[in-house]
Amino acid sequence: MNMHAQPQRTLAETALIDAFGERLSLLPGDRAVMVKRDDAIEAIKHGLPTRRVESWHYTDLRRLLTKVPAFEAGAVTKALAPILEGSAVLPVLNGLSQTKLPEIDGVAVQRLSEKLTDGSVAPGLDPYGSDDAIGALNTAFVADGYFVDIADGAELEKPIELQNLQAGGQSHVRLLARVGAGAKAVIVERQAGEGDEALASSVSQLVVGDRAEVTWLIVQEQPETATHLAQFKAHIGKDAKLTLFVMNAGGKLVRQEVVVRTTGEGADFKLRGINLLAGDTHTDTTMVLDHAVPHTTSTEVIRNVVTGKARGVFQGRINVHQYAQKTNAKMACNTLLLSDDGEFSTKPELEIFADDVVCGHGATVTEIDHDHLFYLMARGIDEKSARGLLVKAFVAEVIEELDDEALVEALEARLDGWFSTHG
Amino acid sequence: MLEIKNLHARIVDDGTEIIRGLNLTVKAGEVAAIMGPNGSGKSTLSYILAGREDYEVTEGDILYNGQSILEMDPAERATAGIFLAFQYPMEIPGVATMEFLKVAMNEQRKARGEEPLKVPEFLKRVKEAAASLSMDMNMLKRPLNVGFSGGEKKRAEILQMKLLEPKLCVLDETDSGLDIDALKIVSDGVNALRSPDRAIVVITHYQRLLEHIVPDTVHVLYRGQVIKSGDKSLALDLEANGYAGVIGQAA
Repeated sequence: MNMHAQPQRTLAETALIDAFGERLSLLPGDRAVMVKRDDAIEAIKHGLPTRRVESWHYTDLRRLLTKVPAFEAGAVTKALAPILEGSAVLPVLNGLSQTKLPEIDGVAVQRLSEKLTDGSVAPGLDPYGSDDAIGALNTAFVADGYFVDIADGAELEKPIELQNLQAGGQSHVRLLARVGAGAKAVIVERQAGEGDEALASSVSQLVVGDRAEVTWLIVQEQPETATHLAQFKAHIGKDAKLTLFVMNAGGKLVRQEVVVRTTGEGADFKLRGINLLAGDTHTDTTMVLDHAVPHTTSTEVIRNVVTGKARGVFQGRINVHQYAQKTNAKMACNTLLLSDDGEFSTKPELEIFADDVVCGHGATVTEIDHDHLFYLMARGIDEKSARGLLVKAFVAEVIEELDDEALVEALEARLDGWFSTHG
Repeated sequence: MLEIKNLHARIVDDGTEIIRGLNLTVKAGEVAAIMGPNGSGKSTLSYILAGREDYEVTEGDILYNGQSILEMDPAERATAGIFLAFQYPMEIPGVATMEFLKVAMNEQRKARGEEPLKVPEFLKRVKEAAASLSMDMNMLKRPLNVGFSGGEKKRAEILQMKLLEPKLCVLDETDSGLDIDALKIVSDGVNALRSPDRAIVVITHYQRLLEHIVPDTVHVLYRGQVIKSGDKSLALDLEANGYAGVIGQAA
């Protein structure tokens, strides 16, 4: 948040503040939760972040968020078929959790509205820093979501798919998950919608217990009318592994924040991201990773395809704390720029306070490799198809690394879907 | 089948002329060997035949079955039946080899007005071709040429050639990087493709390959021109006496 009040509120800021007054009586929460909500709206009253706020430099939210739609819920009436066959689906429709939920062995699911009402989630509603606009927006308005509690040692046979679907209007959702010690899970976070202008905020909070292994896939396919402001926060315990896969393939104004901390020695984090950018859109992926204890590892690979007038941003910040010796962190961001009007901004940041670490980062922006194109064409594949193959290959490489055939196939099907409409 | 007439070509980037008035005719059913010292323009010639955009033809023409191919892009040339086996096949991460083979075969079929291959038929053809080249099918599960050894890449080129059934095959230094066993396997693969309606142009530095793929004609390329043509005995002569003699006669 900006510390200074803005000289004049924007339409969007005014609309949010007014909406808060109108919605307040409808929002669930005990006293502690309501205090957090008040703090959050105070932060918004100070103004949405502008390019003068460093972490928002490439995404001037105050300027880009021109309008805020009314609150009324749209008309999404049913969940989507999961991207991984056999998944247990937990849908949030138009911002609200559902009563009829699948039984999953080893997993307790609670509606978040209940946890807001009883106040048990209040501590988690705090912002993570001074510029946490998405956290503030969500804390002010969050009405529902799920808390998924996976028991210690549970090895889930089927993936869980959390769906956050809306059809225009506003929705503010939180998805919380605790994965117990030694447990194994694949969790899909599906962000999608249809129809009119939408403002969706979604905050996911994950705690990965010691020795647990989690693959979390965020598949964002909002319509080109939606503003999607999302946050994924995770703590990774001792000898635990988290693979976070983020695919952005939609939305008009998108910011996906990834805030991860290694909290136990031997923790490993992998971030794999694909941004498929088209049209006149803005998509920002911003990561803050804290290597907070010794002997933890991470790799981050982001691949971007930019077409049309799309603008993309990747900010990757790795903080290696003073005691976090033997940290090993590698980050790469590669962009395939396919149009003269598209752009992509990459900002890697390494803040290293330990002296015995291996950290590196790299960024590239390229066009299609002409040698590769020639090779494919020399086998009779026409130029358009050959380009399509190469663009898909550029991002598919990140998917194929996932090492799980069902996951790879499901994500490649999402890719094919995007290329068939944007290729 | 192939008629190259007074061909002049240069590198687009810096204008360096590489091919300087080259004439060559290869008939259907013929295996023609093109030999020459380093820098004589052998690889450039192969790229120009395949339609690489880095080279520009400034004079002369290339006729394939009587038609000029200069205005055709690489894909059009390939679907017309011209195949280049690359000296250095490109590694293309992310493109699955099987997927690539299927797309290439079906694009060529489409261009010829044929139905796409059914999956079982496609697999059968790939398996047969791979077996004939002693290639492990597991290799084909990898991305195209990625992590293949030099010899494996060359085998993969010949595998593609077998599957695509071109009419004019151009082999650019296919022997380089091959040990003697692989050389025999690859040569057998090429020999199996010899047929009265197909022409094969073998570009090589050494006579060694020509012991396995016996040419009908041999042409010596020097400074972008064919300076001498003959039968297979010319290759033996070059092996025994080097290029100096031939170059001296031409000069």
